[in-house]
This record gives sequence, structure tokens and C-alpha cells, in this order.
Amino acid sequence: MKLTRRDTILTAVGAATVAMLPMRAFASTDDAIAEFTGGADVGSEGITLTAPEIAENGNTVPIEVSAPGATEIKVLAAGNPTPEVATFAFGPLAAAQMASTRIRLANSQDVVAVAKMADGSFVQARQEVKVTIGGCGG
Amino acid sequence: MAENVTPRVRVPSEASAGEEITIKTLISHTMESGQRRDGDGELIPRSIINRFVVNFNGENVIDVELAPAISTNPFFEFQATVPESGTFEFTWYDDDGSVYEDAKEVTVS
Repeated sequence: MKLTRRDTILTAVGAATVAMLPMRAFASTDDAIAEFTGGADVGSEGITLTAPEIAENGNTVPIEVSAPGATEIKVLAAGNPTPEVATFAFGPLAAAQMASTRIRLANSQDVVAVAKMADGSFVQARQEVKVTIGGCGG
Repeated sequence: MAENVTPRVRVPSEASAGEEITIKTLISHTMESGQRRDGDGELIPRSIINRFVVNFNGENVIDVELAPAISTNPFFEFQATVPESGTFEFTWYDDDGSVYEDAKEVTVS
């Protein structure tokens, strides 16, 4: 293939855009938290996030969140291409405000859980997970 | 397009009134994240279950919003209160518009 001047410029622009993507991903975790909390202060008491310190396979990492008295718990993975993982909303028949699931992690990163309490306050927990094999099929 | 989607749910068949029970659910689904590429380097379009709802006799237990970061064959474990005899209704909503349902009866003795 013959590279014209126009092709070269387009390629350079494309590469620059791709290089900027990870930065956007990091910023969007804070954005996602801010969107969920509406910018309110976030405490750290009363929420438990259980995740393995080392996950051999990033395709299926077991996590558990528990926040007694919460109405909603949002789980975020700060280092994934999109940080959203899941949002749990608890109804009147939820016996405990806890849930377990299995998630994908692209690489070693922090998993964040933010809970909205019944009184409208917010608490968050953070746990670093080291991933041996990433889970984004890349 | 999701194929062979089979929900599996584990609920005790009997409980005492007001008892807190543990429910485990699993549904077979590829949960294609939209991040992977096929052999030709083309992005494989996202195809996931995006919402999972559990009700008991019409009253809500848990309502989960799923993102592509949920693993293949989404698994959930949670606690529910059983106030009386009735039916747990489980509903999964697919990106393609499909709805998968399962139900389990619980008898309060």
C-alpha cells in the first residue's frame, strides 16, 4: 500500500485518539461515582466489599458487596474500558443488603463499591485486585 | 443473538414465616462485552443481559442493572425474606429484547 500524505496524517490522528482513551477511562470512574452520588460527600463506614487480592483469571472474579441499610449499591471497576459493573437496587423483601456475583477485570486495578443509604448518604469501599490473566478478550 | 439461554435458580422449597433465605441464580449467556474482536479484527457487537429482577408475590426483592463487566453466565447470590407462601419470579432482560423467566414456589409451613 502506498502511503499518501493524507493517509499519514489520518493515521497519526487515529493513534493519538487511541492513546488518549485510557485517560478518559480513569476519569470516568470518578464521573460515574459523582453521577451516582450527585456530588455528595462519601463516607467509608458501613460497607463491605469482598474481592480476592489476587485473581488468576480476570474473566470471572467473585465479588461480594454488603451495606446494611443501603437502598442501592453500585460496583465499578476503575481500570476497565468502561467502569460500570453492576447496580444492585434492594426492594422491601431483600433480607439483607448484600449480593454476590462474578465480574470481568481487564487488568490489575481497584474495584469500587458505592452504596446509597436509606437516609440519602453515601459510603464507598475500595479493594485492589491483582489480575494474572486479563478478562477483556484482548 | 443469544442461544441456549437456560436459567437455573436455587431456592429452598419450604421456609418458616419471615425466614431469611439465600437464593442463587445462574443463567447461561455469553455476555458478549462489545470489546472483543473476531478473527478479521472487527469488533463483535455487544450482546448482554442488561437487567435482572426478582419479585416475590409481586413485591420486589432485588433489581440489578448489569454492565458488560459481568462475567459469562451471570451468577447472583442474595438474601430474601419470605413473609408467606408464594412464588419467586425471576426475570432476565436481554439486549436483543428477549426476556427469560423462571419461577419457584416456596411453602411456609
